[in-house]
Amino acid sequence: MYSYLLPEFTIERSEDKCIRCRVCERQCANKVHEYDEDLNKIFSSNELCVGCQRCVALCPTNALYVHPRVYDYRPNSSWTRDKVQNLKKQAETGGVILTGSGNDKPYRIYWDHLVLNASQVTNPSIDPLREPMELKTFLGRKPDTLEITFEEGKASLKSQLNPNVPIKTPLVFSAMSYGAISYQAYKSLAMAAKEFGTLFNTGEGGLPEHMREEFGGNAIVQCASGRFGVDSDYLNSAQIIEIKIGQGAKPGIGGHLPGEKVSANIAETRMIPMGTDALSPAPQHDIYSIEDLSMLIYALKEATNYEKPVSVKIAAVHNVAAIASGIVRAGADIVAIDGIRGGTGAAPLATRDNVGIPMELALAAVDKRLREEGIRHKCSVLAAGGIRCSADAIKAIALGADAVYIGTAALVAMGCTLCHKCYTGKCNWGICTQDPFLTKRLNPEITSQKLVNLLKGWSHEIQEMLGGMGINAIESLRGNREHLRGVGLEEWELNVLGVKGAGE
Amino acid sequence: MNGLNVKFGYRDNFLGDIRPVDELIAEYTVLDGGKAVINAGAMKHKEVNDVLREVALRGAFEITVNNVYGQRYIGTRLVLPREYKPVKIVINNFPGNDLGMFLKGHQIIVNGNAQDGVGNTMDDGEIIVHGRAGDVVAMSVRGGKVFIRDNVGYRAAIHMKQYKEKLPVLVVGGTAQDFLGEYMAGGIVMLLGLNLRESEPHRANYIGTGMHGGVIYLRGTVEQHQLGKEVGVRNLDDADREIVATYVKKYCEHFGGNAEEILKGNFIKLLPVSLRPYGKIYAY
Ligand code: SF4
Ligand code: SF4
Repeated sequence: MYSYLLPEFTIERSEDKCIRCRVCERQCANKVHEYDEDLNKIFSSNELCVGCQRCVALCPTNALYVHPRVYDYRPNSSWTRDKVQNLKKQAETGGVILTGSGNDKPYRIYWDHLVLNASQVTNPSIDPLREPMELKTFLGRKPDTLEITFEEGKASLKSQLNPNVPIKTPLVFSAMSYGAISYQAYKSLAMAAKEFGTLFNTGEGGLPEHMREEFGGNAIVQCASGRFGVDSDYLNSAQIIEIKIGQGAKPGIGGHLPGEKVSANIAETRMIPMGTDALSPAPQHDIYSIEDLSMLIYALKEATNYEKPVSVKIAAVHNVAAIASGIVRAGADIVAIDGIRGGTGAAPLATRDNVGIPMELALAAVDKRLREEGIRHKCSVLAAGGIRCSADAIKAIALGADAVYIGTAALVAMGCTLCHKCYTGKCNWGICTQDPFLTKRLNPEITSQKLVNLLKGWSHEIQEMLGGMGINAIESLRGNREHLRGVGLEEWELNVLGVKGAGE
Repeated sequence: MNGLNVKFGYRDNFLGDIRPVDELIAEYTVLDGGKAVINAGAMKHKEVNDVLREVALRGAFEITVNNVYGQRYIGTRLVLPREYKPVKIVINNFPGNDLGMFLKGHQIIVNGNAQDGVGNTMDDGEIIVHGRAGDVVAMSVRGGKVFIRDNVGYRAAIHMKQYKEKLPVLVVGGTAQDFLGEYMAGGIVMLLGLNLRESEPHRANYIGTGMHGGVIYLRGTVEQHQLGKEVGVRNLDDADREIVATYVKKYCEHFGGNAEEILKGNFIKLLPVSLRPYGKIYAY
């Protein structure tokens, strides 16, 4: 432990409520609580607490209160508490400060400055409870034109269609690998995607063989720089193959699953020896250009007999629109854009908090650029990074997304409280850990239902809002910026987003 | 505008104007029981692979492809149903990038030079190149064997892995360029230096940078500064010598040469000094 760090949380226990059941002691993997038999009393070490609220939620008598400790140093807007504390940590170790989950810095959240339209008088709104309301979305490349031939009164399609994958709602679970999250959490995502008729994304940790038959039909599998678990069986077991170029939480850098987390099962899924570090290089070393990317896209299409759409996921960075255009021209069927608020299992804090751009701006820029070039139909756009609720999702679609990836929201539905300690492997909620004592806290049967409920609730809300706008299919909203207005935004922001200010 | 609603032109180099596979087979293929000869002279990348897959599905397991001039991914699409046995493909002469990418147990023999990405992320099988090969040879391979008669380019064997019974091997008769075995996590690489002059060192720099598994056997000499800092140099022990002898003999079976003469050369063994090269750079 560090010498002069102040605790970040304060734990208060009402002694009169506490029944000494020791639940808190068992629940906390950070070993904060300890029972002293002689004194018949529970003691807590505040400095070990990460504020995950597990003990609070499980204390049967509500005896616990864990809250952030106020800024103890002299107040200073420049030298904030984490700046000071991180410096102290680095002074002792010389290390790179790690963190988990998504960017928590107060960058403008454009969703909160965009409002949606509704029908009044001049066109009727639609009630989704009684009228059809289509959320079905097809992911993949659409044809330039549709040629239809008529023979003896029968119409048939002459154009060759590219593979498309239908999903029942424009909500897809984003990439979270088995290894970064527990098997139970991973399986919950797979089960929920299957039950609801959408997709989950395996990340780059592979898809366990025994899950392929049952869940392959709802899987997006990743091919990333580490190429872990990538072989033709894996690729062919899925619906979509995603080339991971970048991740919103850590654009430009690779990944590193430490050897301690590479258990026997994870080793088998990634096809590497147990206990070795799983290093994902920063670039894919067969991709140094758009031409090289094209080569990998078609290699994956070759390996899957041209039966599956290939997605390319990038982090939202400065020239994202031009890059996306290159990606589509390279042959990708789907472009996934992950913004600066995207989550991660582990990333250097400096990168997570400072590299990349907000997804809203990136998404709008990409959609606009692809339209201008006349190639928007050649790909589906998946928006990721910081979608917190159905309203964010529907606004993303109005800004040009075909569907959104949800990661952090799904984790929260499973129990995550955003303590940002995913990289420690001690997640008390059993999500970001491989410790069997902790992972068994998640029961996929129950957790997957929570995820299904999330999809159900959001889908209903999206239908309600669509109906309110007088639209009866999500397709008609895609890129339809007339249904958005900006509030409290600067001119340049409205321009990039391509939306008018409210009242205009 | 090009008549469709696409501005600035959009060309699909892979899928544009692909001819039906039956037409290609009728015109350019001689299929005789288990044997097939394909004339790839006028075919696009995808067409070659369409035909290859189709003749394999029709039962050919010894396939010769003539007039190959840069077509990519040869062998990649041969993901055949379980009852099919592995196929042997002879390529005359110059296959394009990503030859045998994701290869699943087949054998590919190239009578000529190969380009970049030979055996990229290969799973199993064998690729034998009677010539040289370009960059990223055997990148991320997890199984199977790759033999290159002459030199290879940059980043050969990068991120090679091994797992259980899967132990990939890359044997290069000549020498390699920089970043050989970068990020290497498993498997065996052999660099024989046969085309180097007497006492001429290998030229590659950054050999084994980030290496955390596997082994590189190198015949000839390198200076310490040519090696990544994660790499240690050892002499061969008996077990090593046995491995080296096995693959040198294999090499000579494929390409000729005197195995005993080659084995008399000076071999060193490069291996990672740590399985966790980046274990200590973080503050928790
Ligand atoms: S780390 Fe979580 S479980 Fe442990 S004491 Fe703090 S809030 Fe409670
Ligand atoms: S869980 Fe609550 S009641 Fe049980 S020992 Fe802890 S504080 Fe006391």
